[in-house]
Amino acid sequence: MTAPWPTIRFTVNGKPCAVQAPPMKRLLDVLREDLRLTGTKEGCGEGECGSCSVRMNGELVNSCLVPVLQAEGASVQTVEGLALNGELHPLQQAFLKCGGAQCGICTPGMLMAAAQLLDLNPHPNLAEIREGLAGNLCRCTGFMRIFESVVEAAADQANPSEKQAADAR
Amino acid sequence: MKLRPPVVSYASTRAAILAASIMTTHAKTRIVGASVPRKEGLDKLLGCARYVDDIEREGMWHGATVRSSIPRGLIRSIGYDRRIDWTEFTVVTADDIPGQNFIQLIAADQPCLADGKVNHCDEAILLLAHPDKHKLREAVDAVRIEYEPLPPVFTIEESERRNPIVWGADNLLKSFLLEKGDVDSAWAHAAHIVEGEYRTGAQEHLYIENNGVIAEWSQENGVTVWGSLQCPFYVHRSLLAVFDLPEDKVRVIQTETGGAFGGKEDYPSTLAAHAALLALKSGHPVKMVYDRMEDLAATTKRHPSRIRHRTALDKDGKLLAMDIDVATDGGAYSTLSSTVLSRATLHSPGPYVCPNVRVRSHSWATNTVPYGAFRGFGAPQAVFAIERHMDEIAAAIGLDPIELRRRNFLHDGDTTATEQVMREPVILDQLLDRALAESDYHKKRARFARENQANPVKRGIGIAAFYHGSGFTGSGERYLNSLAGLDVTPEGKVRVLVASTEFGQGTNTILAQIAAEAIGIGYDDVAMAPADTGIVPNSGPTVASRTSMVVGRLIERAGLQLVNMLHKDAGLGVNFTRAEFFAACERYRAAKGELVSLCRYEAPPGIFWDDQKYRGEAYPAFAWSIQVAQVAVDTVTYSAEVEEFWAVQEGGRILNPVLAGGQIEGGVAQGIGYALYEKVLLQNGHMANNQMTNYIMPTAEDVPPIHVFFEEIPFQYGAYGAKGIGELPHDGPAPAILNAIKDATGIGFCAIPLLPEDLFAGLAAHRAVEETSAV
Repeated sequence: MTAPWPTIRFTVNGKPCAVQAPPMKRLLDVLREDLRLTGTKEGCGEGECGSCSVRMNGELVNSCLVPVLQAEGASVQTVEGLALNGELHPLQQAFLKCGGAQCGICTPGMLMAAAQLLDLNPHPNLAEIREGLAGNLCRCTGFMRIFESVVEAAADQANPSEKQAADAR
Repeated sequence: MKLRPPVVSYASTRAAILAASIMTTHAKTRIVGASVPRKEGLDKLLGCARYVDDIEREGMWHGATVRSSIPRGLIRSIGYDRRIDWTEFTVVTADDIPGQNFIQLIAADQPCLADGKVNHCDEAILLLAHPDKHKLREAVDAVRIEYEPLPPVFTIEESERRNPIVWGADNLLKSFLLEKGDVDSAWAHAAHIVEGEYRTGAQEHLYIENNGVIAEWSQENGVTVWGSLQCPFYVHRSLLAVFDLPEDKVRVIQTETGGAFGGKEDYPSTLAAHAALLALKSGHPVKMVYDRMEDLAATTKRHPSRIRHRTALDKDGKLLAMDIDVATDGGAYSTLSSTVLSRATLHSPGPYVCPNVRVRSHSWATNTVPYGAFRGFGAPQAVFAIERHMDEIAAAIGLDPIELRRRNFLHDGDTTATEQVMREPVILDQLLDRALAESDYHKKRARFARENQANPVKRGIGIAAFYHGSGFTGSGERYLNSLAGLDVTPEGKVRVLVASTEFGQGTNTILAQIAAEAIGIGYDDVAMAPADTGIVPNSGPTVASRTSMVVGRLIERAGLQLVNMLHKDAGLGVNFTRAEFFAACERYRAAKGELVSLCRYEAPPGIFWDDQKYRGEAYPAFAWSIQVAQVAVDTVTYSAEVEEFWAVQEGGRILNPVLAGGQIEGGVAQGIGYALYEKVLLQNGHMANNQMTNYIMPTAEDVPPIHVFFEEIPFQYGAYGAKGIGELPHDGPAPAILNAIKDATGIGFCAIPLLPEDLFAGLAAHRAVEETSAV
């Protein structure tokens, strides 16, 4: 029995896609099951942990709370869309260097929240970083090295050549 | 090209060891001690690391569990609602188990599926599988189970009354008696006797990835399980019994694991058996991944505890006798309660010298989900009690809490409560000095006392001093008899062969560093073999802060042995380049087939443990720590906030500073949650707040700045001097924070979690007493 579900069209990481799915199916499940983009994780299923964070039309959303019909026509970015042309995003580089990822399960959502933060506020102070990541739970790191990673990535984005000089020292 | 490093030699005198620590840490190694990036880090950052729920198998079905809705009783009948077409489902009950209906752990008292009776809420009774996972929820609700309820037991006190008996002959899961000197004769000579009772609640691991597995069955290969787990060979052993299969017909493969903290030590054995039973009966691979509510309600937590101290001191504040009574709530089955109790017992006297010590400890059965392993494994409960008690003693006898600790600290040459002689340097004074200096403890304490008088926000600062024993307790490592090693692949990679698993703490990275260091090749030349029981030897469970020290040491030895094999049989020179090394590997393999170097555990000399008398070398090594917490208690809103935190520790050689710092910070954050946020609320034995919405862990906005400092004294029997540090940081935050709250408010709270309502009650009672005495 194949249900005559409507076709919902949107873009993911810049690529147009069309899925036939129940309109109330969670965007999280559509990404993971229909599009096989499994980088986005489920932690709680109720919008508390932020593991399923993706960006939709320039906003950070919990994809477990978004019915896919809301994504009609939207532009969605997931962790798979962060690295461009084989080049790591500055946040990915910084997390690797600073120890911002341990078990890695919160990392995709954390990266999306951090990317959103830096897009809106390229030079956040510590309080702004804490606030920007408050919807993303990490049980491994105690957050210190995640904050450090965001600071590092912000510096990297701001002035790559100065950063390279600092690394060379 | 770098040559092999000189072999580190260890001297036995304290001065030489201390001197060597500086040299080995900063000069003698190339890769060990460096913050190389996490081995699997890139996959995790790109979102392509494969956790169990990211994996699909051809023809895979999904499984779900029907659980007990009552805490204790007999199962009278199981019915199936007719609105469901049950022919679409596979249904498994205890009758479908081909082997033993018991999960194999220390004892085998926990059924795989309840058979005729249930002993806790959310106990698994029946399993369902279906091709569409969205059809399972309705079906679970459509299974009707009729019970004949029996009276349950929910607390330590109820279990101690032994009426009703809910486990064994007397509700007692395990007891220990540890005795040193003559406690009973000490009271008469004491200048001070101080008593206290301390309680800790359950704590949920709250790994962000819930428990999950995929199981497959075939006549040819038997059972294969992929899963999020810590201990592949624990799962293997349990499946052998449940399926009555020979060793080569069960294979367990760890998938990328999204946090564990002890919560995936024993539970995956049960979940793997469930999925495999469904796979056997349905003929399909079956995935079972819990959602958060099921994971919280049905899986293990930290043991609740009640610890009583009675302490005798002389007029100078030196300890004369400690009489300690430890009780833990073990839940419905024995699982790991005996070993958790053992560690609680051995950590209960704290890092102090005392001539007369008695610890009586008991773990009691109750009708709740079995409590299990959780980072610290009994030590956080024990350290909470002794370190809160030390501050209560200090207040009672009019001595500064820092000074009281200093007067009683263990030093090298002293003996512990088990009469273990401290042979390695013990530098508690040095750690304390550093912690006080870094936190500016004395100045802050004086300033807060001044400022608090006119301020509704009361600030305070408190400390905790403690050790954590590295590795298995007593003879445990001898019994484990771990095997680990290295091989070299035709593709020119050295592979680490261990069943030790990565779940965020850095196993992959540190073992690769150790192998590269020992052989004299690059970090990128080393890869991890999959944690697959069909491929790797049993290097023991990934628990007990043993991986760096014990398994790391096996890899260090295996690396040196591998090079010797190549020297002897493949013409490798004494000094060699990377290319020469791999060329020699090729020659060896061409002549002899495989190139594999395995090493088995050897106990450090002079280690003796008496299980009967509970005496001797409890642990091969100890990691030591002083933690300092600064808190602000708002007496209007009754919120307590940790404003800043300092953690100073000596954990042997630090193999990777970034990873080690991350372990300490993560453990401290979890410890802050244990103290101030995390409450498991049981209603009729069922966890009522089984959601992240109302089981609260610290967020990015709650965790204070955490300052981490390491002192390094290499332990000569650990890998490049390593001891264990994974659990250590979780032991101290709760007492340090509650001691700081006592400093801030004058109230010595003796139970955690300490939520705003508890603060309110305590402060209100305190005010009432003050007002009464003012009248």
